Amino acid sequence: MDKRLEPIVKVLQDKFNVTYEEFRGEVHVFLTIEQIIEALTLLRDNHEFELLSAMTAVDYWPQQSPRFHVIYQMSSLAKNLTLQLRIPVNGDQPKVPTATRVYEVANWREREIADMFGVEFEGHPDPRRILMPEDTEGHPLRKDFPLGYEEPQFTFNFEEIDLRKPYAKE
Amino acid sequence: MTQLEEANYEQYKHLVSERAFTGETMLLNMGPQHPSTHGVLRLLLELDGETVVNAIPEIGYLHTGVEKNMEYKTYIKAEVMTDRLDYMNTVGNNLSYCMAVEKLVDLDVPPRAQAIRVILTEIQRIISHLVWIGTFGLDLNASSMFMYAFREREMLLDILELCSGQRMMTTFIRPGGIWRDVPVEFEAAVRDFIKIFPKRIDEYEALLTKNPILLDRLVGIGYLDAATALQHGVTGPTLRASGVDWDLRKARPYMGYEQYDFNVPVRTEGDTYARYIVHVEELRESLKIVEQALNKLPMGSVRSENRKFVTPPRSEIGVSMEALIHHFKLWTEGFPAPKASIYSAVESPRGELGVYLEGDGGPKPYRVHMRTPSFDNLSVLPKIVKGTLVADLVAILASIDIVLGDIDR
Repeated sequence: MDKRLEPIVKVLQDKFNVTYEEFRGEVHVFLTIEQIIEALTLLRDNHEFELLSAMTAVDYWPQQSPRFHVIYQMSSLAKNLTLQLRIPVNGDQPKVPTATRVYEVANWREREIADMFGVEFEGHPDPRRILMPEDTEGHPLRKDFPLGYEEPQFTFNFEEIDLRKPYAKE
Repeated sequence: MTQLEEANYEQYKHLVSERAFTGETMLLNMGPQHPSTHGVLRLLLELDGETVVNAIPEIGYLHTGVEKNMEYKTYIKAEVMTDRLDYMNTVGNNLSYCMAVEKLVDLDVPPRAQAIRVILTEIQRIISHLVWIGTFGLDLNASSMFMYAFREREMLLDILELCSGQRMMTTFIRPGGIWRDVPVEFEAAVRDFIKIFPKRIDEYEALLTKNPILLDRLVGIGYLDAATALQHGVTGPTLRASGVDWDLRKARPYMGYEQYDFNVPVRTEGDTYARYIVHVEELRESLKIVEQALNKLPMGSVRSENRKFVTPPRSEIGVSMEALIHHFKLWTEGFPAPKASIYSAVESPRGELGVYLEGDGGPKPYRVHMRTPSFDNLSVLPKIVKGTLVADLVAILASIDIVLGDIDR
């Protein structure tokens, strides 16, 4: 682990009683849903993590419970450090408090996770779908969502394939 | 209210002002097919006359499910999908993904391959910035700029074609190195370009930089301060134009970037003109890197010798049973990666291009997430266009350099 990262991880450990993992020099700190906003605020205000670089989720269905991990990839420009925060989220009613008040970038990123994984972000100011159409059923990046094959239509076979589309039977 | 009927009224209610419901302001869709939205972006504008009261970007028209698709392919076969993300930065996308795979499985890259990767990604950066400066000019009605920029871009696409056989979707960089060594004509072609290009940049600058019409339309327009930019996760030239000196090539050097002497252009004004200047200066800096890398291009192998991850050269297959087995295994089954996750990022022409990659011990990625810079850069747009004119909105949108393939993935 980076020498400069050690005290920061120590602070998180003392405050939240958390575990961490290290892989190829990257540190992943495991937090709970209740702790995440406080931890993000702490890192932003006291440890110069100005940038929430990336935010994503992973679905571990059916191998693991809790089903999801929501991941916050933090960057400090001043110290040139990165740190990853992970929170396990239950698959039954996945709810996570929104981080938009701490980092505004979370606004679109959370919308994307909500759209793709069906994780609800409580208190989100604009909880619309972002990448999929409004009437889509399900959340495509969940592991139980099939890849699916829809035949592409071209000019020469448009009508032929149109008849086989799901909406043709309506 | 008729203007809102096609959307879910309740969902949009809080995004526009009260005045939209009394008819005082007008709701107008710009896009999803509009020449200045650089792809399929729809901007729902609330206008008071010509003044923008609110702008709500709507994305997703180009969503292709790349991340989902990559989960169903082996690590090496998934790479072709990265080309299609940001079609202005195909080599950079390959690099970003390959670096993530290399970090996950702990694979080395020979020095010659590293230098060629640097040359090609910098060429790609110039291509991307040329398209940017061309379309930026076009959006401001300087259509000759578009012609000039595409003329030079064509020379560079020829160089990519020379190496990979493809103009855009090259997939030239592979985990553990590059597909094959560059051909003998490569060096001369790049040197030709290095010779003519500085003069061409001068021409662009003569056309635009001190053009009074351009200055009127850009200076002080679309101001973005550093704190707002960081809050919104903005990176790349857009962030550097707001006064933050942050470039991953300098901050966390990869592929031997620490050996090259180049500057990171930073401006403090944070307006549309600053973003223009940063882009133009980056053209010169990239050219400097290309020249240095070409001058000290090391000899040697261009692919890792680790046969568990990298296929053997074609010539060995006919004479070595071992090579044949590795070739067969790697192309049919792929290689296993450890059950772990990594995040690796590079500096793309638009900012931090990060890849979150997670393996599950098998030959296919369990989860790939592409942290694309345009996505976050676009999210700041509503903040910086409030109160500007529609014509300024076009200039601001052009200046933050979005690629919709990068946003929608």
